[in-house]
Order: sequence, then C-alpha cells, then structure tokens
Amino acid sequence: MTELQAGQSAQPLEVPRIDARPQRYRDVLIALVAFVLLALLPMLFGSKQLLDFVIRCAAYGLFATSLNLLVGYTGLISFGHGMFFGLGAYGFGLMMQKTGVPIPVAFVATLAMTLVVAVVIGAICVRLKEIYFAFVTLAFQMLIHSTILSWQSLTGGDQGLRGGIPRPSFLGIDLSNHLHLYITSCALLVIGLFLMRQIAQSPFGYTLRMIRDNATRASFIGIDVWRAKLVIFVLAALFAATGGMIMALFVSGAYPEFAYWTISGEGIFINMLGGVTTFLGPMVGTVLLLILNDTVTRLTEYHGIVLGVVILFFAIGLRKGLMDFVVEWFAQRRGEERG
Amino acid sequence: MILVDLDALASCLASPSCLVTQTTSGLIIGMLLFLVAVGLTLIFGVLKVVNFSHGAFYMFGAYFAMTAYQLTGSFALAILSGAAGTAILGLIFERVFMSRVYGRDVLMQLLVCYAFVLIFDDVVRMIWGPEFKSMGMPAAFQVPPLFIAGGVVPPYYLLLIGVALAAAAILGLGLARSRIGKVIRAAAQNPGMVSALGTNTGLIYGGVFALGGMLAGLAGALAAPVRSLTPGMGFSVLIESFIVTVIGGMGSILGALIGALLIGLIRSFGSLGFPLFTEGLMYLFMVIVLVSRPTGLFGKEVA
Repeated sequence: MTELQAGQSAQPLEVPRIDARPQRYRDVLIALVAFVLLALLPMLFGSKQLLDFVIRCAAYGLFATSLNLLVGYTGLISFGHGMFFGLGAYGFGLMMQKTGVPIPVAFVATLAMTLVVAVVIGAICVRLKEIYFAFVTLAFQMLIHSTILSWQSLTGGDQGLRGGIPRPSFLGIDLSNHLHLYITSCALLVIGLFLMRQIAQSPFGYTLRMIRDNATRASFIGIDVWRAKLVIFVLAALFAATGGMIMALFVSGAYPEFAYWTISGEGIFINMLGGVTTFLGPMVGTVLLLILNDTVTRLTEYHGIVLGVVILFFAIGLRKGLMDFVVEWFAQRRGEERG
Repeated sequence: MILVDLDALASCLASPSCLVTQTTSGLIIGMLLFLVAVGLTLIFGVLKVVNFSHGAFYMFGAYFAMTAYQLTGSFALAILSGAAGTAILGLIFERVFMSRVYGRDVLMQLLVCYAFVLIFDDVVRMIWGPEFKSMGMPAAFQVPPLFIAGGVVPPYYLLLIGVALAAAAILGLGLARSRIGKVIRAAAQNPGMVSALGTNTGLIYGGVFALGGMLAGLAGALAAPVRSLTPGMGFSVLIESFIVTVIGGMGSILGALIGALLIGLIRSFGSLGFPLFTEGLMYLFMVIVLVSRPTGLFGKEVA
C-alpha cells in the first residue's frame, strides 16, 4: 500500500520526450541516396568485377552488421554467427532446387526456417556467460557444418550444392541477369541496413546497450534480459541468413565453407577492423577485409599468415577499429573548434 | 542411408567382444581428449582465458613427433620432442602475445587466438605441406593385438591409456600436494596477493600455459601413430575438448577426465547406433548438461 501511495503522491517526472521521427527521416534519406548511388554505379563503371565486389560486400556486410548488433550493441560475442549465413545459403538453395517456388516465397520460407533454428539455439545459448556463449555458439556452428558434410543425399556433402540454383524471373526481375542480381543485392543491403539501424536506434536498441553495460542493473529495473538477448539473437540471425541468400544467388550454389567457423571468425574480425562503436563500422570493415582478402590471395597461397598478422596488428597494436579513429578524430576537431 | 541403427547397437552391447573393442576405442578417444581438455581447463582456471588456439598445440605435438621419429627412429624421443616442443611454444606464445590481452575484453583474447589459429595452420602447411601425413606405428608396437574376451585390443592403445592416466594422476596430485601446485592454486584465486608475497606470477602464468601446451602436444604425439596428420587437425579436437570442459565444468580436472571419457564412449558407441548422428549425439549431451547444470558436472570452484 505504502509504495502505491508514494507513487501517487510523487510528482510525475519531467522526461524530455525525444521525437525519433527526424532521425528516421534522415535515415530514409541516406538509404535512398545510397541506393541511388549504388544503382548508378553500373552506368558509370561497366566492369563486372566491381559489381561482383559490391554484391559480395552486400552479402558479407549484412552478415557483419547483424553480428555487430550482438557484439557491439548487446555485448554478446557470438563465435558461431556464421551458421546462419550458411543456413540461409543452404536453405534458400535447397528450396529453389527442390520445390521450384517463386524466389520471394523461398526467401520468406528460408527466413522462417532460420527463425526456428535461431530460437532453439538462442534459447540454449543466451543465458551463458560470455566465454561460454562464444564457444557454445561455435560448437553449434560446427554441428551444422558437420551435418551439412555428412548429410550427403540432401546437401551434396563436401562438394556443396551443385548444378546451380534455378532463378525464375518474378515480376520482371530476372536474377540470372547480372544487372538485376546486382540491383536486388543492393536493395536488400540498403533495406537490411536501414532496418538494423532502426532496431539499434529504437528503445529496444537502448535496452540492449544497457544490457551490455550492466545486465544486473537492467534486470533490476524490470527488463527481461534473457528475452531481450534472445530477440536480438534471432533478429541478427535473420539478417545473417539474408546475407547467406545473397551469396547463394551470387555463386548459384552453396558450399560447406559458408557454414564453416572461419566465416564467424572473419565476421568478428570485420567488426574489429571497422570498429564496433559506430553503426557503419562493420560495413567499412567488410570492404576492407574483402579488398585485403582479394589482394592477399592473389599474392600468396599462405593468406592465413598475412591475415593473422593483420589481425594481431589491430588487436594488440591499434586496439581499435578504423571507424573508431575516424569518430575520435571528428570529436577532437569539434572540441578544438569549440575551445 | 541409415540414420538410426539400433539393432547394430543392441547386438554390439550383447556381444562381449564387440563391447571390449568399442570400449577401448572409446577410451583412447577419451584419453586423447582428456589431455587436450585438461590443458584448456588448467589455463582457464589460472589465467582466466580460453585458449582458442589450443588445438594448434595438439597439431604441433603430432608434427614434432613425426619429424623426430623420422630423424631418430626412436619412439620415446618422438613423444618427448612433441611434448617439449609444444611446451616451449606455449611459453613463448603466452609471454609474447597472450600476456598482452589479460584483463582486456574477451573479444580481443579471441581475436589474438584466432589470428594464431590461422598463422599456425599456415606454418604447418609451409613446413610439412598441405597433404595428409602419417607417422606409422613404431616397430615395438607392431605386434599381434591382444584378445580380451574376444575383443581386439592393440597393445599401443594400452600404452596410450596408461600414459594419459599417469599424466592425470601426476597433475592431480601435483596440484593438490606439491608446493608449486599450491602456489598455482593460490595464483588462480588471487594473483595480486601471490605477487605481493614475492612470487613471480608472470612466471607462473607462463609455466601454466607451457604445461597446458605440453599436455596438448603430448596428446598430439601419442595420437600421431594412430591418426592422420593434416594442417587444421587441431580444430575439431579443440571443439570437442571444449565440449568436454563444458560437460565436466571449466577448471575441474576430474570433470575433464569424466567428461572426456563420456564423450569418447558416446562417440564410439554412437557411431554404431547413430552413424550419421554421432556428432549430433555429442552436442545433444552437451546441451542436456548445459540446461540442467550450467556450471558442468563438476564445476564449482576453479582448480
């Protein structure tokens, strides 16, 4: 009773209400401009290589940014996020090969399948402490990878899904046409990034940051930490699966490497490379890693050593991602202007 | 494609010879896993980091042993160089790299280890080549297998089990009774206090890491005659030994032993009953333990 009375007599707190709409309009504008620029790219540069590069950036960028929702925003260091990338690629490829449904149907069905798997795995994993969480997600990734390898009759084992993925045209969009595929990938990338940005800036997104900073306090003020973590785990899985689907469309197949743990490792490294403190950091990291990978594989067959040394340089030497430096530089300059 | 073959499992359980064969094969899988997992759990218990590159030490142990065996022809020297080589490697790795990321967030520790997984795998590929290698069974063990209750037991398996059990006993007793063991346990509890009392904790950390690396290297060297060697061979062992520590409880040596034996038996009997789902069985077991006892079967205080 006393608590209730105290609550009634207390003055309502004056909380300044922040109108989220201007920010959202700005995001919409940025997304539209980005999409238009990407769509104009083929007219300026006809090189197929460049367009291929952008498609790969779309696939890995969605994957890496969704991982940042876990690592950077929630403090959940998943070392098995790549399983959803692989799941998306295989789910989509199999759906197209076996059933022949229109592409959007297969897209939605794959997301639904990923949702179910992510809920089950997430429910087991998200209550674990950080290092356990990292390794148990990694273990699940290896389970999915070994299932793909051993279930040869369905997945083709270590040969991967071969014979190409049929890409029937839908409403005039023909994904076997390289330009159409490019535009679709860019659209998926921009929409995906926009949606993730909205998640990150929503009240739920701020709940996640609070869980990252102090989970105990968050649960004291009535946040269901377990549920919030599970929700973001599942959402991130859906975006990762979308990345996997772009990849499957791009290579017209799916290979066990898409579900191997190194994809998760690369995702973590992309986040480190670009920086986890900014929303677009992972996107920058993706571009950098893909350029690095392409250059190194052309120069030497031991690209693990080079990549490893670069990782060490960032992890032990710089201790920060590239975008973190950019943000700091801007903050410093602004400070100088004021002072 | 047979997914479940319970008849095969039942008929094996009914026959003593099959039971003996499967149990010994489960035991050697378990013993090798134990040696790797106990190093992982020891390093975690004292240094509070999970050595994600632990599988690489297993791999190096196997390759060192193979090279030493080819050069000298002595099996004892092969085992010794596998263990000693990885101990030195562990010491250098800890002092030069890992010691820089203690106390930093888990992401950095994982990244440093991830970098070394990539580097070590490529180093092995450079030195020994990418193809599968095999060391071959030493002449001393090329003798007809023993028959116990009709089941086939190669004598080498007995040596392997014996060495692993001896390592477990020495480790367990050493940590519990010896002076160094007590200092290590104290450093696990409160490194600041141990350091203030005049012990060089950096040396202890390096030593524990070297010990962990040595145990993984010993496992690799022991496995070299019975497994094929390939770059990246350490990774599946790392995942399995992590599952072992999750089941047994992080930081518990007894837990690692029991967990490793359980996983070994699940693998060997599971391959009969669920040929396509053997790995899945292992994960299923891990999930059951995690859900019912999140700290593992024996996990309470750090060793």
